[in-house]
Amino acid sequence: MEKRRLSLIHNAYIVFLKDLHVEFRSRYAVNAIFLFAITTLTAISFSIGPIRLRSEILSPLLWIILFFSSMSGLAHIFVREEEQQTADTLRLLTTPNSIFLGKWFFNVILLFSLEVLIVPVYLAMMGVQVNSPGSFLLIIIIGSIGIASVATLIAAIISQASAKGALLAVLSFPISLPVLISGIHGTQLAMDGSTFAETLSDLQILFSFSIVIITLSLLLFEFIWRK
Amino acid sequence: MWCVEATEISQKFNRRRIFEAISFKISGGQSLAITGPNGSGKTTLIKIICQLLRPTSGKLLIRNEERIIHPHQIYPYVGLVGPYLQLYNNLSALENYTFFARIRGLTVDIQHFKQLMVRLGLQGREFDELRTYSSGMLQRMKYVVAIMHQPRILILDEPTANLDEDGSEIIYGIMEDQKKENILIIATNEPEEVKFGEETVVLNP
Repeated sequence: MEKRRLSLIHNAYIVFLKDLHVEFRSRYAVNAIFLFAITTLTAISFSIGPIRLRSEILSPLLWIILFFSSMSGLAHIFVREEEQQTADTLRLLTTPNSIFLGKWFFNVILLFSLEVLIVPVYLAMMGVQVNSPGSFLLIIIIGSIGIASVATLIAAIISQASAKGALLAVLSFPISLPVLISGIHGTQLAMDGSTFAETLSDLQILFSFSIVIITLSLLLFEFIWRK
Repeated sequence: MWCVEATEISQKFNRRRIFEAISFKISGGQSLAITGPNGSGKTTLIKIICQLLRPTSGKLLIRNEERIIHPHQIYPYVGLVGPYLQLYNNLSALENYTFFARIRGLTVDIQHFKQLMVRLGLQGREFDELRTYSSGMLQRMKYVVAIMHQPRILILDEPTANLDEDGSEIIYGIMEDQKKENILIIATNEPEEVKFGEETVVLNP
């Protein structure tokens, strides 16, 4: 058989494709995330009723839905490998950083798919008017990358623990706090129609946070992944 | 010439000593059998050899001529079959083969895949998801992905677990082929399989 040159990005892409394939067959993470998000959204919508909320309340509610929905499914990317005893198989196949990047990318795509469905439904059900849609979209996208990065790293840690259930949300929450604070603040400004320059500081924090977490993950992941 | 060299390897889990000061050296064309009673650390030693586990003390080196192979570089050269190493049950045999081939940097060769499936007696089940396979068929499938890249070092933990007589004969053939030019390491308690090792490491609890 002909051998090709291996690279970090190539192998990360192969791991991503494999996870996508396995997820399409089992639909475990997709179902968990989407059902959690829709249930929470419906519960909030019924409890609020016809009251029109201000952006100070609407913005945190959106991020709470996104954060906890993602926590219900993003850990599965590593937990599945440990539970099905395929983690050692994967450890023998490629470098830890290829595995991290592949799984990180899968979680980012999963979170984006959730947002494509949930955010428009949320805006419609709550009657929210977004006055700066460009800034709003950027904050949601960069904030999601931050949440997916934290969740992927913490998922790798908790997948080797015996009690995995609520650990992801508990451990991810303090680390994700900068994303949540800036995301909530930036989303509120975007809803109120602030200019791009006014939301720039929140965008900078979200972007820097994502870069720091991804860099740290690439440096630390080998120690988490190798026993 | 490829070479696996262990020097004074010891392993402890917490305060429990698993084994102490294990040394051996095998080169291409040689084979090693690791044997010992249950709990003596055969699987632990296998995991150390394929770098899934770090030893508490001692050194394990994999070399090609004088070049030391770093743990990050051994992936294309090692094949492992063991009860703790599973394949992706939600994917078919062909999908598993494709994933393993692509991540190892090989081109996906359907003819080669079919030849391996025939050799392991799995012809006709190429497109079935592995969750529909019996435990013996899964064991055979593990060999398809372990030998697909013609590894320099083939490591087998309980090589014929779950296999019937025909399956065992197929595996013995693979073991014979492997030790002609490359390195074969097996962990077993079956006397028939221990014979495949030109050198033997006996572990005692």
